[in-house]
Amino acid sequence: MAIEQKMIDIIVEQLSVEKEKVVANASFVDDLGADSLDLVELIMAMEEGFDIEIPDEDAEGITTVQDAIDYVKKLK
Amino acid sequence: MKRRVVITGVGLVTPLGTGVEKSWRNICSGVSGIDLITRFDTSDYAVKIAAQVKDFQPDDFFEKKEAKHLDLFVQYGLAAARMAVEDSGFQVTEQNCGRVGVITGCGMGGLPTIEKYHSVSLEKGAKRITPFFIPMVIPNMPSGHISMAIKSKGPNLTLTTACAAGTHSVGEAYRHIKYGLCDMVVSGGTEAVICGLGVAGFSAMKALSGRNDDPAKASRPFDRDRDGFVMSEGAGMLVLEEYAHAVARGAKIYAEVSGYGLSSDAYHIAAPPEDGEGGARAMKMALADALLAPEDVDYINAHGTSTPLNDKCETHAIKTVFEGHARKLAISSTKSMTGHMLGAAGGIEAVFTALSLYNQIAPPTINLENPSPECDLDYVPNVARKMNIRAALSNSFGFGGTNAVVVMKRCDA
Repeated sequence: MAIEQKMIDIIVEQLSVEKEKVVANASFVDDLGADSLDLVELIMAMEEGFDIEIPDEDAEGITTVQDAIDYVKKLK
Repeated sequence: MKRRVVITGVGLVTPLGTGVEKSWRNICSGVSGIDLITRFDTSDYAVKIAAQVKDFQPDDFFEKKEAKHLDLFVQYGLAAARMAVEDSGFQVTEQNCGRVGVITGCGMGGLPTIEKYHSVSLEKGAKRITPFFIPMVIPNMPSGHISMAIKSKGPNLTLTTACAAGTHSVGEAYRHIKYGLCDMVVSGGTEAVICGLGVAGFSAMKALSGRNDDPAKASRPFDRDRDGFVMSEGAGMLVLEEYAHAVARGAKIYAEVSGYGLSSDAYHIAAPPEDGEGGARAMKMALADALLAPEDVDYINAHGTSTPLNDKCETHAIKTVFEGHARKLAISSTKSMTGHMLGAAGGIEAVFTALSLYNQIAPPTINLENPSPECDLDYVPNVARKMNIRAALSNSFGFGGTNAVVVMKRCDA
């Protein structure tokens, strides 16, 4: 649960969106209004928030809130 | 037929207030916008004073996410431009957008963001630099964002001529309309570099006033005891529009821009020549462009930085150009109240000059208690003056020896 909550907080902060919109299947681009630069910054915030490294090839596969949560859980 | 150019909208973010009405009221009341710097810890700094914008609320102009990715100089410029366009009532449409341009100036760009991310790169490594770093700091982002906001698709330019940038921008906007390239141009200047690097840099040049114990008295152009300029920030934007277009849509016209002059000193990186001859040539060129004789001018919004050298040299230059009429001119430095807004100064002072013509009021030069012997003209000391103003100049001179002057005249439409 801690990872989910922290991830949602990071996304809310980075993309300046309402918390209610940050649901599991929400797409960063289609549902949360991110552009390509927002995505780069979002991945950086995840790296910093969870103290992990996300290589570019992995980052390309992270397109929804659930993708991001799953990715971090796998590492932790 | 020669096309005429008029000002139909104005917008201001200054240390004397966000919004034209508030800034202008304070300017006419002789209020100083200078105080101790609160933006960063000045313990280790020789200079501890500046004119900071105090009442600007990004939420009033931007979505939270948008504001996060805009350096302060872009926020000020974009906010002032939105005010100016709204004030003008000009509608940018699919049909006219190719004839609408944006030409703005700034001195440096996003210095506070450069400072911040340089620290981040040293502390956390290069991988922690946001992808928004470059689009936040490059100097042409105000004009870019303004064009995106108003959907203008004509020329999109930025001039970085130091403290003359705002005036060059207004002048070039005037030319773009006069020579038929555009029918409307948003122009002016914006700057926000009150950060450690900015203050330390100007301080090292010995350009700044050290009057830390009495900030409101620190900017005192033409006064015997002036000791440097006071750093300031903000934005001043104007809507310049082709005259017949403005009249046809019944627009409010503040003033006509009727002349523009520019020159180079070819002399020194920071200092003007003793006789201010570069500035004098720019003034002469602007008057010739406006088809005005020196006697037709009633008011000058001076560059008037409060540095020992500028005020002396500018006075000399005004005497060179206006000869006997120099003593009949009302001259004021609004920098006595606003401080020196660097690349924004020309934009803000163009707005003040237009308002001086529109309201027939010359703002004062405050803190002029003991005029310097070499500064012996009428600087409208300490109290604003209701007077007849037919035509006015706005002077700006920048580091690198670059000079710009615009001429405006009253427009009785």
